Amino acid sequence: MAETSAAVAHTSAARKSFIRRYVFSTDHKVIGIQYYFLALFSVLVGVVLSVLMRIHLVWPGTEIPLLGKILPQGAPGGVISPEYYLSLLTIHGTLMVFFVLTVAGQSGFGNFILPLQIGAEDMAFPRLNMLSFWLTFAGLIALLAPFFVGDGPPISGWTAYPPLSAIGKAAGAGQDLWVVSIALFCVASMLGALNFITTVLDLRTRGLSLMRLPLTVWAWFITAVLALLSFAVLLAAGVLLLLDRVGGTSFFVPGGLIVGGQILDFHGGSPLLWQHLFWFFGHPEVYIVILPVMGIISHVVATFSRKPIFGYRPMVYALLAIGFLGFCVWGHHMFVSGMSPYSGFAFGVLTMAIAVPSSIKTFNWLGTLWGGKLRFTTAMLFALAFVSVFVTGGLSGIFLGQPPLDAYLHDTYFVVAHFHMIMGVAAIFGIFVGTYFWFPKMFGRMLNPTLGAIHFWLTFLGVYAIFIPMHFVGLAGTPRRYAFFSAFDFMAPLAGLERFISIAAFVTAAAQLFFLANLFWSLFWGPRASENPWQATSLEWTLPSPPPPDNFGARHPVVRHGPYELSVPGAAKDYIMQDSTEEVRVGS
Amino acid sequence: MAPALLKSTTASAAIPTVHGGGNGFHGGGSFPGGGGGGEFPRRLPAHTYRLGMWLGLIPIVMLFVAFTSAGVVRSGLSTDWAGFTLPRVLWLNTMLLLASSATLELSRRSLTAGLGRMFAGWLYTTAALGLAFVGGQLMAWRELIARGVYLATNPSSSFFYLLTAAHGVHLLGGIAALLYMLFRARVMVAEPARRTALEVTAIYRHFMDGLWIYIFLLLVRWS
Repeated sequence: MAETSAAVAHTSAARKSFIRRYVFSTDHKVIGIQYYFLALFSVLVGVVLSVLMRIHLVWPGTEIPLLGKILPQGAPGGVISPEYYLSLLTIHGTLMVFFVLTVAGQSGFGNFILPLQIGAEDMAFPRLNMLSFWLTFAGLIALLAPFFVGDGPPISGWTAYPPLSAIGKAAGAGQDLWVVSIALFCVASMLGALNFITTVLDLRTRGLSLMRLPLTVWAWFITAVLALLSFAVLLAAGVLLLLDRVGGTSFFVPGGLIVGGQILDFHGGSPLLWQHLFWFFGHPEVYIVILPVMGIISHVVATFSRKPIFGYRPMVYALLAIGFLGFCVWGHHMFVSGMSPYSGFAFGVLTMAIAVPSSIKTFNWLGTLWGGKLRFTTAMLFALAFVSVFVTGGLSGIFLGQPPLDAYLHDTYFVVAHFHMIMGVAAIFGIFVGTYFWFPKMFGRMLNPTLGAIHFWLTFLGVYAIFIPMHFVGLAGTPRRYAFFSAFDFMAPLAGLERFISIAAFVTAAAQLFFLANLFWSLFWGPRASENPWQATSLEWTLPSPPPPDNFGARHPVVRHGPYELSVPGAAKDYIMQDSTEEVRVGS
Repeated sequence: MAPALLKSTTASAAIPTVHGGGNGFHGGGSFPGGGGGGEFPRRLPAHTYRLGMWLGLIPIVMLFVAFTSAGVVRSGLSTDWAGFTLPRVLWLNTMLLLASSATLELSRRSLTAGLGRMFAGWLYTTAALGLAFVGGQLMAWRELIARGVYLATNPSSSFFYLLTAAHGVHLLGGIAALLYMLFRARVMVAEPARRTALEVTAIYRHFMDGLWIYIFLLLVRWS
């Protein structure tokens, strides 16, 4: 029976064209890989943008080779203008937050791994899944197109605050395409979210109760709930913004604005309305970014400590608490917007409350490591580093969560340092963990561990070299979103530190070449991976690497164990697969 | 909810069961091409599709919650909010939409009872009523334009056009689904498993009706 179905599966797979198998595929594994490479492409573009920004900050007016040829409009002669600097930072932020961090952790790894970990054949709605990917792809095109058409990309930052983003002229036509890009991304995310939730609720294999789910699945599930609730609000805000730009409405723009000597025809709108709508989405968004990564870290730390995760249930409740509290704290992005001090107090207290479940998770990771037989694979190195950078990034958040402190720190590089540590470093490290851990399963080959170690050490030291000094320049008062600092005497003593940050950024960016070389070389010539090279316990490791198109096929796994049965006393090996029929007298 | 979830894990998952009469998709999911959406698109239990649809309604709710809160804030912000008389055709449109929900229910029940021609007939009626609603909305827009009330005339008119347009766009999506089902009506009568599509569309249409009632009341309040 199994052989016949496998044979038939092979036949039907062979009959599908290349386009149906690898381009317009409904297979969650293909879609997951497509998302992953979309995120990889986006991060490369985003890093290039950030390198250009760091060059400009320290050496404004430099002629950058090739830039004049690629972007003749914005950087004639290879020199970035101050306005174009703002365009670079807008697209850098938008790309990184949406197309890298939101895509890689949730859509990339989530799509590939989640159905495997729950013993399902595919996501609940495979065609919807495919639609989600291509909508995201269209969004990426819409975002990057303004570099090459029209007046160039918008200059209002990834947060697109009106009036600048809403008045049309100064922010340029690129802002319209930005809204379209974000709208496409919102729809894609909402469709993806309902797919994830339905899949987790309905498609779990026999025996897989909710409390036996790997923490990765819990994280993807809760993230999907956050996405389902929050992206619609961003879409609403985007629609209103577009109407202000092209429809003559005044949702966000007040009357009496004079731009270029001319009074603009708006009346009665409020930029604060945008801020509320945007950040009501924007804060859950950062948890959408970090939650999947936390799930991956828990999973990998347990696997390579050869110990169950410390406190499985508290970990689940902590994920739920972070998700819920994430909806209550958006005002902490608006402490200086003129809100009542009572509101500020409320948002500040709630913000600090998120530190509680976050700390529970951190201590539980440490508790998992304690006494474990650690295996220092590259994935584990990045996971350990994640704990470090997560704490670093999280601690600066506690400063920023206090309204009186934020009154000084808002819009300084202290904020930039904070969110880069927690998102640009910690979340990216989580994606590296996922890559090094699941590459064998996804592509059937092993990544080179030596290159991995080199990549790790250069990156780990590099990111601290970039971002720790950035806290200090922020504390000293360096403002955000300024194209250069040479006009300000008080920042002159910081020039050396800025130079150090830029150089550290260049070195760290260059270090990623080790990763890229490893990735692409191993894709074609890496040693073949076995079914379970890491001796992990979750269901994806019961399948060949890579899994066949129909995943488990006729062999529906029946789950009999929890997700982290590692080093169970009395067991035959130091790990028990979730679908193992091994019975062990429970010692713990 | 929790016990039901556990029960469903034993029954559904990778073993697609068919409710209310089989149609040949039996066995342990051993048909080919499952992962790649191959020749036999796999059928999940009806409740999975219903769950997906209910979940899909949540972001639509959030969209209109966001629009509502924007309207509440904007109306309280400045003194330029000026109400206007709503076109009377909106009342007729509301009746048309409610009627279309009723005819959709008749269609759905006919399908369950196996009455193919009645099913298709009521489905045509539903689609026609839905399109009549959209036509009526456009007539309302035309009346306002004739009165000189445009999108940007006043914040209240901005929200009128915004809410009716957003609702209309979503409704048109639902009507497109109805038309697709009409196109495939013969298959739907023949295979009970495919009736889930109609159930799921019905949930969506009823929700659109309820949403319109809410929007209508909101517009009345703001006018």
